[in-house]
Amino acid sequence: MTQSNIMPGFRPALAYTLFYLGLVVLIPLSTLVFKSLQLGWGEYLDIISNNRVVSSFRVSFGTSLIAALVAGVFGFVIAWVLVRYPFPGKRFLDALIDLPFALPTAVAGVILATIFQPSGMLGKWLMSSLGVQVAYKPLGIVVALIFIGIPFVVRTVEPVLQEFDTTMEEAASSLGATRLQVFAQVIFPNIFPALLTGVSLAFARGVGEYGSVIFIAGNLPYVSEIVPLLIITKLEQYQYAGATAIALTMLLVSFLLLLIVNLLQLWARRRSGQI
Amino acid sequence: MHANVHVISDATGQAHFKALHDPFWVRWGLVGIAVGFIVLFLCVPLGLVLYQAFSKGWQAYWTALAQPDAIAAMQLTLLVALITVPLNTVFGVAAAWAITRFEFWGKSLLTTLIDLPFSVSPVISGLIFVLMFGAQGWFGHWFSEHDIKVIFAVPGIVLATIFITFPFVARELIPLMQEMGNEEEEAALSLGASGWQTFFKVTLPNIKWALLYGVLLCNARAMGEFGAVSVVSGHIRGVTNTLPLHVEVSYNDYDVIGAFSSASILACLAIVTLVLKSVLEWKQARA
Repeated sequence: MTQSNIMPGFRPALAYTLFYLGLVVLIPLSTLVFKSLQLGWGEYLDIISNNRVVSSFRVSFGTSLIAALVAGVFGFVIAWVLVRYPFPGKRFLDALIDLPFALPTAVAGVILATIFQPSGMLGKWLMSSLGVQVAYKPLGIVVALIFIGIPFVVRTVEPVLQEFDTTMEEAASSLGATRLQVFAQVIFPNIFPALLTGVSLAFARGVGEYGSVIFIAGNLPYVSEIVPLLIITKLEQYQYAGATAIALTMLLVSFLLLLIVNLLQLWARRRSGQI
Repeated sequence: MHANVHVISDATGQAHFKALHDPFWVRWGLVGIAVGFIVLFLCVPLGLVLYQAFSKGWQAYWTALAQPDAIAAMQLTLLVALITVPLNTVFGVAAAWAITRFEFWGKSLLTTLIDLPFSVSPVISGLIFVLMFGAQGWFGHWFSEHDIKVIFAVPGIVLATIFITFPFVARELIPLMQEMGNEEEEAALSLGASGWQTFFKVTLPNIKWALLYGVLLCNARAMGEFGAVSVVSGHIRGVTNTLPLHVEVSYNDYDVIGAFSSASILACLAIVTLVLKSVLEWKQARA
């Protein structure tokens, strides 16, 4: 492909790509950086260290982490079952996994709030049998984010499980390993990097998620107020500087976490000998 | 994709070692957990939309959908998708052509930048357009002098939606066209076909399913986007409410039928998307 190419249209295609990318994505995103630069350090730190802001960061990152881990466990089980076991209705269930991708987040939010509210189908049952209230509590945020996160885990683990070389399992078992040993020492280490990717994608999406969360969260400042909602609240009060500072911090923290996860993955791949 | 599944299950089925089989109770226990989870988290919500929407009968359902605000919301949602999807489709094809058919400096950076909108929170995607075009924004002053409204108006909604759905078509096409290589196109060109002829007669037939797939996902997100649109819309009933925003407004007004009748339309859109997605995946696997 490198040799001087007879393919036409390089200049117009690249020029249009760069133009449209700049116009639609890069220039708008740069406003966030420039607006933040207008703030002094003192002002920025004042906004960020505010108790309500710190609490919202704790709520957002905390609930996203728990939800991503839960989605990781269930997502792994679902991917395993879909790849390894034949059972009736499998293709239908497989197609349903993508529902959270396809369903508008506001619809998901309204439905989950209706199901889990104290008078709702599951809410009533959870309340009377376990004494747990889900909706309008931080737990509600976790439930919404599990819903959002599950396809990320399933769709990253599934292809890796499918391509997993079963001769490795045969080799291990012929050397006398038990099924549990085969799983823990042969299968899982090879799937782990993909699982980590899926969980981190679910986590990253969860931190920024808005639509599916606000209906079920209760949105109580200091308790169940997520960062995206606080940004909107600031905007509605015309506190542009505050909204910008919080948004930039959230972006930077998310990118930093993704970077850490990428490094972790590299480490996991090295350990399992995939590199 | 499905061929692989069979190979694997055949291999485990024929193997003689006990350690290759999961015990019966593990098998069915895990299937039970997976199916239970999917039914509880995915099937029940879908059913509930319809149950709530029709809880007061057909008549109430149609009355709710025939409200002027609901109709205006549907029209706006269609308008936004009609502008957004073609623009991002043309971009996706151009970007995939440039990236997969040529070598140039900074290519991997460009590919990363195209995916950027996926890693930005929807609320922040809305915020940046408020920062640009809002009353205190960069261009806000100029626009208000010329009496053009961007924020709390339709242009802002379109811009935010374009940003959110920007990568969909490009990211479906790039891996496919990379894998295809350009031998077929080079053959056509060396036989005297023009650039456009090559594109329409050689490239397009090869990428059509992936292209449709990207368009489908782009359209679903464009019609369903909530966070970003919510920031720039201003929630003016009958004017700047898209269908997802209409769901929110009705729900917050305790108008259950209004909220869930609109939600049922969006849920149908999601189901159609999933069905078409399965069909396209199947077509592409056979292509």
